[in-house]
Amino acid sequence: MSAVLTNRISVESPWRRVLVEFLASPSAVTGLLVLLAVILVALLAPWIVVQNPYDLMQLNVLDARLPPGSANLDSGYTYWLGTDGQGRDLVSAIIYGLRISLWVGFGSALIAALIGTLLGLLSAYVGGWVDALLMRLVDLLLSFPVILMALMILAWLGKGVGNVMLTLVLLEWAYYARTARGQALTESRREYVDAARGQGIGAWRIVIGHILPNCLPPLIVIGALQIARAITLEATLSFLGLGVPVTEPSLGLLIANGLQYMLSNEYWISLFPGLALLITIVAINLVGDRLRDVLNPRLQR
Amino acid sequence: MIGGALRRLSQSLLVVWLMTLVVFVGLNAIGNPMDILVGEDLNQAERLQAIAHLGLDKPLWEQYVIFLKGAVHGNLGQSFVYHEDAMRLILQRLPATFELAFSALCLAVLIGVPLGLFAGMYPEHPLSRLMMAGSIVGFSLPAFWVALMMILLFSITLGWLPASGRGATRELFGVQWSWLTLDGLQHLLLPALNLALFKISLVLRLTRAGVREVLPQEFVKFARAKGLSPLRVMTMHVLRNTMISVVTVLAMELGSTIAYAVVTESIFSWPGAGKLILDSINTLDRPVVVAYLMVVVVIFVVLTLVVDGLYYLLDPRVRIEAGR
Repeated sequence: MSAVLTNRISVESPWRRVLVEFLASPSAVTGLLVLLAVILVALLAPWIVVQNPYDLMQLNVLDARLPPGSANLDSGYTYWLGTDGQGRDLVSAIIYGLRISLWVGFGSALIAALIGTLLGLLSAYVGGWVDALLMRLVDLLLSFPVILMALMILAWLGKGVGNVMLTLVLLEWAYYARTARGQALTESRREYVDAARGQGIGAWRIVIGHILPNCLPPLIVIGALQIARAITLEATLSFLGLGVPVTEPSLGLLIANGLQYMLSNEYWISLFPGLALLITIVAINLVGDRLRDVLNPRLQR
Repeated sequence: MIGGALRRLSQSLLVVWLMTLVVFVGLNAIGNPMDILVGEDLNQAERLQAIAHLGLDKPLWEQYVIFLKGAVHGNLGQSFVYHEDAMRLILQRLPATFELAFSALCLAVLIGVPLGLFAGMYPEHPLSRLMMAGSIVGFSLPAFWVALMMILLFSITLGWLPASGRGATRELFGVQWSWLTLDGLQHLLLPALNLALFKISLVLRLTRAGVREVLPQEFVKFARAKGLSPLRVMTMHVLRNTMISVVTVLAMELGSTIAYAVVTESIFSWPGAGKLILDSINTLDRPVVVAYLMVVVVIFVVLTLVVDGLYYLLDPRVRIEAGR
């Protein structure tokens, strides 16, 4: 009986253990639920909002800068969070802004993870001057403040959703590359790699099929934290007027648009998009923090 | 040891040179500055003359050689907009940025270290848990939005603190400073606090981690057993051993603080180098952008060198590694 039990425990998948431990933290679960809710709202945006905030036909300039809770006299619905300078319902504008912020954040993090991981594995596997060159490049990228590099790249590329994503990818891949390389070098000295080699399995199949899965935990942690960073950076750049164009306003640009009205105490135009941004980022960070605790091999018994 | 230092130095010079290349080539790809600087009403001859005057007619590599020659002499060209030496423009604005960045770091230490000490000594205390949760929020908060909310609360609603500019300044060593006057200090507080927010969280966490690491060690037990007062143990033994990491991290953070001042300066209309660069990016004032980036890169590289040196002096383990 006991032999069966220990056997069952030992074959339990490590990802299952991660999941169980992750769910043990109430704050992380809250973060995850909030994040899922935010993503769902952003995905379903066209079916949720009362007006398409970028269809000028649906806007009424007479409704501009109404405080939260005002009613639209034509159709009777309530502007729960007020309206902006063009008479746009802020709830709708925020939900559409979230879509762009999340798309830029998740999209750039995913592309950067893919490129960075591949280059990191390549660096570890090929070694020699390729490794030296790539890692010096990584050092150089990581040694300068992100905002400085972003200013430089965007001054060069110009505005646009695609350009912001490209900038974020150019800045972020280095984190994944460094981690993937380090992890791959450690893993490649393990017995299971020798065993795979002994079986005559090809080098790239070993790297992708055996080493990569074991590099994933730290990469996932970095990914979670990088998504939050990417969303913040995009918002900051858009706020400064260097990020997304006015036709595709993310949360950062919405906040910037509210700036001019703040002095006359019309605070809601900047306040609520910022709160949406804050909630999203805190939720991602809570999840990322917990993932780091759960996936960090040094903290495991 | 000298060999190691020389190698470090040459690496740094290589980095600076690489950055000149990246910055120069990168910025030459942005739109034609002539379209913005010169009106449409110029005829072709006048246009060519203006291009020749700004040196924009030469091939790119030649422009780069001229640029590099000038850079070595601290001359990075004339601003297209202000018609002044770009380097001088930056250097004029730099003290205001330094003032802001230093104030932010001071605030980070003054607030972060005591909080971190407390959180490290009583990790189970509700206040400590609150601080740790608060530091996650501190890391998560988009600084620019917090700046707006600070203005909303302290300047517009409460009317306590001014929201823009440097206020009255006083001269010291030939430079104007805000922190020497009461009005200037009032103007300095909000932007400095805004810039410090992230660093406070960082210092809090570093100090807490340091205290947690040092407390269980033998020398602390020994100091306690000697009958030293808790305050003395805390300041002389625990704090001193945690400060090494805090100081080195903060020294490295100075560079990024200067870079992030771009955001703070633009919101609080602080007339520093960061606000200048943002305006210059928008007006395609290439020499100023290049000069700013080069100045910050050099500051950054020098800071890294200094931190490495400090590490070498403070931590015997690094010295042993380097000696091998």
